[in-house]
Amino acid sequence: MTDAVITDVPRSVSDARAAGRFLLIASTVLLCVWVLVPIYLLIVNTLSSPAEVTGFPKTGIPSFDFGSVQFFLSFAGVARALWNSVLVAVLTMVLSIGLGAPAGYALSRFDFPGKEAFRLLVVMTRAFPLPLLALPLAVMFIRVGLDDTALGLAIVHTVLAIPFAVLITFSLFSGIPIELEEAAWTLGCNRWQAFRKVVLPLVLPGIAASAVFAFTISWNEVFAAAVMTIENRTLTAFLIQSLNVSPLHLKFAGGAALVIPALIFIFAVRKYLFAMWGIANR
Amino acid sequence: MAEIVIKNVAKSFGSFKALHSIDLTISDQEFMVLLGASGCGKTTLLRIVAGLETPTQGEVWIGGRRVDHLPPRERGIAMVFQNYAVFPHLTVFENIAFGLRMKKLPQAEIDGRVTRTAELMHIEQLLKRYSGQLSGGQRQRVAVARALAMEPDVILMDEPLSNLDALLRLEMRAELKGVLAASKTTTIYVTHDQVEAMSLADRISVMNQGRIVQAATPVEVYRNPAARFVGSFIGNPPMNFIPATREGEGRWNVAGITVEGPDAGRERLDFAIRPEDVDIAPGGLKATARVVEPLGAHTLVTTEVNGAMFRAVLDSDIRVSPGDELSLVPKPDRVRWFDPETTAAV
Repeated sequence: MTDAVITDVPRSVSDARAAGRFLLIASTVLLCVWVLVPIYLLIVNTLSSPAEVTGFPKTGIPSFDFGSVQFFLSFAGVARALWNSVLVAVLTMVLSIGLGAPAGYALSRFDFPGKEAFRLLVVMTRAFPLPLLALPLAVMFIRVGLDDTALGLAIVHTVLAIPFAVLITFSLFSGIPIELEEAAWTLGCNRWQAFRKVVLPLVLPGIAASAVFAFTISWNEVFAAAVMTIENRTLTAFLIQSLNVSPLHLKFAGGAALVIPALIFIFAVRKYLFAMWGIANR
Repeated sequence: MAEIVIKNVAKSFGSFKALHSIDLTISDQEFMVLLGASGCGKTTLLRIVAGLETPTQGEVWIGGRRVDHLPPRERGIAMVFQNYAVFPHLTVFENIAFGLRMKKLPQAEIDGRVTRTAELMHIEQLLKRYSGQLSGGQRQRVAVARALAMEPDVILMDEPLSNLDALLRLEMRAELKGVLAASKTTTIYVTHDQVEAMSLADRISVMNQGRIVQAATPVEVYRNPAARFVGSFIGNPPMNFIPATREGEGRWNVAGITVEGPDAGRERLDFAIRPEDVDIAPGGLKATARVVEPLGAHTLVTTEVNGAMFRAVLDSDIRVSPGDELSLVPKPDRVRWFDPETTAAV
């Protein structure tokens, strides 16, 4: 490096490229480490015996002791909370796709006044702080009898999931050329038939992905779940309440139970999430 | 029997007038080409006939039935799109059968029609494939077969060949002409390619800025342009125009020579002649050759007459080099005149 300065030789373009490449690889590795190391530690500790979790030095390699997992699963209330989580997540999935997909279709196919404002507002709902909303909502839910029910919580989760449902389905429908629908109309279809016979089969994989994403959002959500439910806690709310007072190895097992399904779901639909962020998926 | 009548149709997109009061009648089994530059409204007019666009005003009649308030499926039309619009999730067979299934025809009838049209379009060996496994030309054939299988009264085509490469386009053009003539359907065909228009059409409607400037047979449009725009748009190279001043009763001064013309009671007219309608002979327009392009059968000579560009297509036996002074005599029966203000033919 000092030689280059002294002799003042111009650096070749390939040098600059190599430097850029190094930077890219370094930041990629850093990001991966940032995300993967905690997950790795979580899994190692989940699959180790309680003695190993608290002991020192660490081996870093799981001993495949399923004691913690077994104890966690047989822990009173876990099964019920798991069932509640699934129920709320499925309801959220159905509600957010049922409401979000038509909105996405309308955004991609029709021109209407306030379209751009609507698109912005849909995303803005995510900017509204949930803690501010939670208490008034809880009071209202108690009045109408939705408190401590799966449906009530699913409605709150739908509000959180719907911006993504709208944006993902908007990008899906926009990817289907309008000519395909028009061709179907000239071939004897009305609007609904053309949608069902031509558009739906083409967007179905993407819709499924968007549904899974809504499921994951509900699955991971803890704040609203903790505020809105008492008896019918979802897994996240249940764990936050009971794991505080549990031994370390149980905390790890509970953490893994939350993280792993979410990871699998997101991995399954990653292609469509890229599309949502504007990176071409074709 | 399906005559198409377009009465006083106009279309605005906001404050932009895409079509100004169009009147056009297309007779049964006629092949009508809408020709114009991009943005002239030809596709909008086609989509109004198809029912994919609602006219701001006016009526559309197909086969004696007013259809402008009907959805596309009730108009007895089939359409071929520029990007083919072959359904990617269906096989070629199911694509062609799509409209027939919507009509709830019996399976035997569907099989028969699909096989027949597939043979007609030479795609019978592709019936089990998906659109992703087809080339552009093959997709185009599927799109045409799908339209023909409907046995519609009217086939509408929106620049169907413009996405194909040059050689394939030539081949498909000839094939389309044969197939459509045999099918005896009324056809409206939109294109910006004048060669395509000339070779396919029974009649051409030349469109410019939302208006039909001329609707006539290809030869009529070429020989007797109704307006200066038609003369300059059709023909390659286009017509030559020279401003002329009145010399006397039916006599006009065109760049220094006297040409017989109409007496329209005006002082100024535009003289027009096609590049191939001039001969080298004494007493003609004084032209200085600038560029000489031998094209084989003919030689295209770009010259300067009175400081303006003038193109002549001459026999390739004639030797011309840049800088030569030529005397170009226009064939009297091919001379056309245009009003410089209204641009209409006189």
